[in-house]
Amino acid sequence: MHRPIHELTDAFRRGETTPTAVTDEYLRRIEALDGGIGAYLTVTRDHALAAAEAADRRYREGRPLGPLDGAPITYKDVLCTRGVRTTCGSKILERFIPPYDATVVTRLGAAGAVMLGKGNMDEFAMGSSTEYSAFHPTRNPWDVSRVPGGSSGGPAAAVAAGMAAAGLGTDTGGSIRQPAAFCGVVGMKPTYGRVSRYGLVAFASSLDQIGPFAQDVTDAALLLEAIAGKDPLDATSLDDAVPPYAASLQAGVKGLRLGIPDEYFIEGMDTEVERAVLAAIDVLRGLGATTERVSLPMTKHGLAVYYLIAPAEASSNLARYDGVKYGLRLPGGKDLIDMYGRTRAAGFGPEVKRRIMLGTYALSAGYHDAYYGRAQKVRTLVRREFEQAFTRVDAIVAPTTPNVAFKLGEKQDPLAMYLNDVFTLPVNLAGLPGLSVPCGFSAAGLPIGLQLIGRPLDEATILTAAYAYEQATDWLKRKPSLA
Amino acid sequence: MTFQTVIGLEVHAQLLTRSKMFCGCPTTFGAAPNTQTCPICQGMPGTLPVINRRAIEFGVRTALAFNCRINAACRFARKHYYYPDMPKNFQISQYEEPLAEDGWLEIETAAGTRRIGIERLHLEEDVGKLIHEGTLETAQASLVDFNRAGVPLMETVSRPELQSPEEAAAYLRAFRAILVYLGVCDGNMEEGSLRCDANISLRPDDSAELGTKVEIKNMNSFRNVQRALEFEVERQTAALLSGERLVQETRLWDADRGYTRSMRSKEYAHDYRYFPEPDLAPLQLDAAWIDDIKRGLPELPRARRERFVEQYALPGYDAELLTHSRALAEYFEAAVREFPNAKMVSNWIMSELLRQLPGDDDRAITASPIPPAHLAGLLRLIDDGTISGKIAKDVFEKMFRSGEEAATIVQREGLTQVADTRALERVIDEVLAANPRPIEDYKKGKTAAARALMGLVMKATAGKANPGMVNELLQEKLSKL
Amino acid sequence: MIDDRDVDHVARLARLALSAAEKARMRKELSAILSHIDTLAEVAVEGVEPTSHAVPLVNVMRDDDVRECLPAADALANAPDRAGEFFRVPRIIED
Repeated sequence: MHRPIHELTDAFRRGETTPTAVTDEYLRRIEALDGGIGAYLTVTRDHALAAAEAADRRYREGRPLGPLDGAPITYKDVLCTRGVRTTCGSKILERFIPPYDATVVTRLGAAGAVMLGKGNMDEFAMGSSTEYSAFHPTRNPWDVSRVPGGSSGGPAAAVAAGMAAAGLGTDTGGSIRQPAAFCGVVGMKPTYGRVSRYGLVAFASSLDQIGPFAQDVTDAALLLEAIAGKDPLDATSLDDAVPPYAASLQAGVKGLRLGIPDEYFIEGMDTEVERAVLAAIDVLRGLGATTERVSLPMTKHGLAVYYLIAPAEASSNLARYDGVKYGLRLPGGKDLIDMYGRTRAAGFGPEVKRRIMLGTYALSAGYHDAYYGRAQKVRTLVRREFEQAFTRVDAIVAPTTPNVAFKLGEKQDPLAMYLNDVFTLPVNLAGLPGLSVPCGFSAAGLPIGLQLIGRPLDEATILTAAYAYEQATDWLKRKPSLA
Repeated sequence: MTFQTVIGLEVHAQLLTRSKMFCGCPTTFGAAPNTQTCPICQGMPGTLPVINRRAIEFGVRTALAFNCRINAACRFARKHYYYPDMPKNFQISQYEEPLAEDGWLEIETAAGTRRIGIERLHLEEDVGKLIHEGTLETAQASLVDFNRAGVPLMETVSRPELQSPEEAAAYLRAFRAILVYLGVCDGNMEEGSLRCDANISLRPDDSAELGTKVEIKNMNSFRNVQRALEFEVERQTAALLSGERLVQETRLWDADRGYTRSMRSKEYAHDYRYFPEPDLAPLQLDAAWIDDIKRGLPELPRARRERFVEQYALPGYDAELLTHSRALAEYFEAAVREFPNAKMVSNWIMSELLRQLPGDDDRAITASPIPPAHLAGLLRLIDDGTISGKIAKDVFEKMFRSGEEAATIVQREGLTQVADTRALERVIDEVLAANPRPIEDYKKGKTAAARALMGLVMKATAGKANPGMVNELLQEKLSKL
Repeated sequence: MIDDRDVDHVARLARLALSAAEKARMRKELSAILSHIDTLAEVAVEGVEPTSHAVPLVNVMRDDDVRECLPAADALANAPDRAGEFFRVPRIIED
């Protein structure tokens, strides 16, 4: 039953099954499996069935809305859904019900997608394991003692475990690509500005971007096509026309110049990951791509830059959670300041507080220039370095993560957790598109991800390369064995 | 020891855009609480601001009128502090790259025209309104209305070059007049569309160093700005003379009690943690757009005043008064177009119209029940002798009450001046027949008796007789006696 | 490095009422993170323009058109405390 969207909607069109039947099946799987995985924070059963029935009608009348009509999907709970609580994985928004939809939710809704529910996440998207959800952790469907990655661990695990046909996540420093790699699915972060952020609860505004989780590259392309494009509600969304990503997937990689950055093969990284990625690059070469080494020496500073800019913006974005307009308020405060302090201390978890503190510090008088100011300048150098590389190559190939999924509770030290994102966050700093496609498994049966990084707005090239690779290999056929 | 007063003003003006600075909510004043908000201006999670083009245009318009240098590259920044009237707990404002800098504004002082420097002009969003359950000090709770949150505000900071409370008031008046002329702000201080804070310090005449600066807030009228600053000059003078050390602080003007009082001094200075607003792209103001705006600038008060003196031969006093508000000046010119005796129009506006209207601001003028064409119509009736000046004043009041044209009232009430020779002769004959005594007196050489007879004739015609003709006819009759 | 007073100051700026244990942990963790971050000091940044936006965009503005507001009931629906049509907050004492 668990099939890519393009196969499902083909089946709907041929009348082999219906959106309601498939939605019902997904809801049943969620019921049966999610107790052991924890991919969902909210399951929107009635909502889903009503949307599926409407899709049924359209197929019956021979007027489906398009290639996503009736597709059962999950949204990371950082995306606002009108009338459906949107928690961001935080106690402080536990009861927040937005009176508006995120633009991506509006767009997918208009394309006929069926929302199954809201996916679990690290609180306010701050984390790399989904252990920092204020409600419960999510487990990796390939090995439930391990994390699914994060922060979009819920949607990634849901797609891997067959509890959604696809999903939308957000990626600020790797939060789509890293869980996609850990869960063996396709995950993509588009160019900054390619997809509207309206209704995405902001973590770090200059880095956040929404993107798809999918069972294969074709679905990722279809989803991106549906959500991309200018939105008058997001002043940072780009005007550029949205190309037909799915239709151009078969262009192949012949003559495509791929760059292999030295700095993404580092000491201490998992040798199984390194081997799998190098083997994947060989496959691409075999398909006609050329490769060359490129150097991105600023990579080693990416983490420091990221951990100044993202927390600084977060400290600002999260100032609004103060117990006045919505969300948690701790009762019994003796005055306003007391209420603010107690509400925020109780409403935010340790990682969120840590980043608010770090960001506030980095922006505060006396440190602003040395920390935030310097980070912005090094960010320019990171960007330039990629620009430089892209004068010689059409895309960059690298591992998505230095290692496979780790065990729950394994990374207690914040810095050790942050180091998980060293290969993904420079892409956010530079605003580039990046995707992760499954490229093998460790001896223990854990998925490994191949990362493809493209020029700004050149999602088409990395989707095409990923598609060529996917067609030449059969990693996607492997599914986790779940009870 | 004597002191030099040093004042700088910081003026916040609400811009007359239809919608808010960063969202589509209306900016109308006085709506029911929390009915003019949306997820964006309430700062709900995930919402994003988008710049209102007209607000930028208004900012540029004002910057040009204040002779500022416009920063082609400017951007918005977040200014952080926690307060419940501010939905996001940061205000989208401008910091390092404001819209405009280094301008000036001319004011009239006793010593002549002075040029006051303007340091910077920037745009930001307004905050909501707080209502305290009781006074701020005793309230157990406060209530928040976000209707005003997000209304475009323009902050203009003068250089500390004003030398007296009178000059500060003159600056504010000139400032307001320009904003109203530009159509960017309604200038209403009572409703808070124009708000003013002042920095004031005293410096001993023989010292070059500035004294301790005190910030005064909560002055919500021109009169209060002047009163508060006068109070502060006295307070600081007395303190300095008695050897007291002034502290740098913020003081609130209490208009009812007529004094300023210290706000609780802050434990530590604010740390606003500015950084560029990541949700908004920077602005790169196109030179052609700025030129367009420049070409569209209206005539400003000073130029108009000078033109009034020249074109209409008005006394300086009249020109100053008439150009005080754009609407009034336009009213004057519209009336003069239809009735070209400028001095007469000016007299009627100054003595009658402004006496009747509740104010001389745009709103009052625009709402005047006597439009310029009606005033011109009335003056024409005086000019062609249809009614007398005295009757005209009564007609004016009736026009003001009813909104009717002068001719309608004059005709209906039969107020037309009697200028028919035969009709007047008949009345004069009757008066002469009924009043032998003054005739006797006149014959004895008392010329004053003629004036008494004249009065009697006017009375008999209920003031409608053309006085010149009555005089002529009466003299003729008396000479024949 | 970061000391207890810095932690106190920053927690106050961020309106976080941290417990003593949280503060102690925060000092340790932030110090560790900052010592990694301090490696940025090695990078030569003289004359480098700061990046605050990842993509070059300018002059994104909207027309001055009025859009529909939220009904007051929706505007207040998520309020933790309200009085009539107002949001209600505990008494304000300036700090």
